[in-house]
Amino acid sequence: MKTAAFAELNGREKTAKVRKARKVPGWLKGFFVPIIILAVWQYAGSAELISATVLPTPLAILLSFYELAVSGELAANMQISIARAAGGFLLGGGLGLLFGILVGFSKKTESYLDPSLQMLRTVPHLAVTPLFILWFGFDELSKVLLIALGAFFPIYINTFLGIRGVDAKLFDVARVLEFSWRHQITRLILPAALPSILLGVRLSLGIAWLGLVVAELMGSSAGVGYMIMDARQFSQTEKVFVGIIIFAVVGKLTDSFVRLLERKLLKWRSSFQGTN
Amino acid sequence: MTVSIHVNEKAFGRAVVLDDIHFDIQKGEFLTIIGPSGCGKSTLLKIAAGLDTEYSGSVEINGREVTRPGISQGFIFQEHRLFPWLTVEQNIAADLNLRDPNVKKTVQELIDIVRLTGNEKAYPAELSGGMSQRVAIARALLREPEVLLLDEPFGALDAFTRKHLQDVLIDIWQKKKITMILVTHDIDESIYLGTQLAILRANPGRLQKWLPIELLFPRNRTDTSFQYLRQKVLEEFEKTEHSVYAEGAGI
Repeated sequence: MKTAAFAELNGREKTAKVRKARKVPGWLKGFFVPIIILAVWQYAGSAELISATVLPTPLAILLSFYELAVSGELAANMQISIARAAGGFLLGGGLGLLFGILVGFSKKTESYLDPSLQMLRTVPHLAVTPLFILWFGFDELSKVLLIALGAFFPIYINTFLGIRGVDAKLFDVARVLEFSWRHQITRLILPAALPSILLGVRLSLGIAWLGLVVAELMGSSAGVGYMIMDARQFSQTEKVFVGIIIFAVVGKLTDSFVRLLERKLLKWRSSFQGTN
Repeated sequence: MTVSIHVNEKAFGRAVVLDDIHFDIQKGEFLTIIGPSGCGKSTLLKIAAGLDTEYSGSVEINGREVTRPGISQGFIFQEHRLFPWLTVEQNIAADLNLRDPNVKKTVQELIDIVRLTGNEKAYPAELSGGMSQRVAIARALLREPEVLLLDEPFGALDAFTRKHLQDVLIDIWQKKKITMILVTHDIDESIYLGTQLAILRANPGRLQKWLPIELLFPRNRTDTSFQYLRQKVLEEFEKTEHSVYAEGAGI
């Protein structure tokens, strides 16, 4: 009797322990799949199941990354790439925000501008690449403009929709409280449209990054995209991988930055956060 | 006289909603307007606020004609309509600057009056319905309105919260001596709060009966005089119902 009870207790304790051990912190869960893939990949490379020119091992890529970092080549290329992406994003995103606000505020500007902008939007911005090269040459200008063109539309559309989505009932409140025109914008419309605008910023950043890759792959003498093209010609596959990984990491970092901004600026929101 | 309302006619399309409603109320009065749904009582209040200007007639507050909404006619909506991105104190200040020590001080006083001390930094999403409605009242009071218009402000609240807020409102009315006009469909509420009571009838909305309420504050719902008034209001309602049925219109 006594031993049975003890065993049961013991068993209960064990299940409790197992349950505790299974509780993985949220941020760790994201690492699970990549680590398994890396392990299998490294094994396949080391056992020479795959040729190194087709798929270099993770360690070879890491080594190449180290060499590029030490020589300063990587930093120089990244600097140029980031400057291009940032320039294009600021230009396109800034104009998108401006036009989104203008069109969002006035029915008149909407009927004049929106149809043309919507028509331009449906043209894949990568399809106008040859035209941009023809007009603006091979140097920085064409690249920045290509990125700006892509970054324009997500911010434009989301700012416009955000402003039009402001609750009409709150406009009544603004009228009763005699808000000035300026306060109507700063205290009502922009805060209400902010979730939408930030979503536009995130999407625009993604597209700016995409535009950058295309612009640099199509012809340039510096930048991460150039580094990739250059390495490809010499079959330095591990260098190609370094470039790709850099694109991925920087892209993810900028996205995380905007999400952090969202959490800070939109802490008043009480919306569904997803289930576990 | 402070508030003078003359509505000759208000119509939505062909349907006449308000017909020949004329009354004045003195400074410091608490008018409650009660009537069946569809009698146009909320519309009447929106006209008084200047939120609805498409009618024939006129509204004057202290001799000044009301042509558009503004802070001298404070308005409390059925829902609290707070700005979700602003905290309690920011919502009350709204377009005024909280860094101004005078504003800050008055805001704090009002937070104390509506009994929300300690919730200054909370966002509307963290508040209950009753608390939010109190913030909305404080927001209107900060602008020192000549008249405060309340459109079924406690309609969506539970009985306990409603009773509590009614007492808060009487408290404010007595402290600030603001003229109040409150629209409700709750007979008890109209008698509990008002010094004057207007009963409207529907189809079209007309003034059925004007009833001064001379009970002393604080009032007691179980009082015989309270119950007597209740009886009277109900009788008036019955009359309006008969007339509605007689004219063959549904409610």
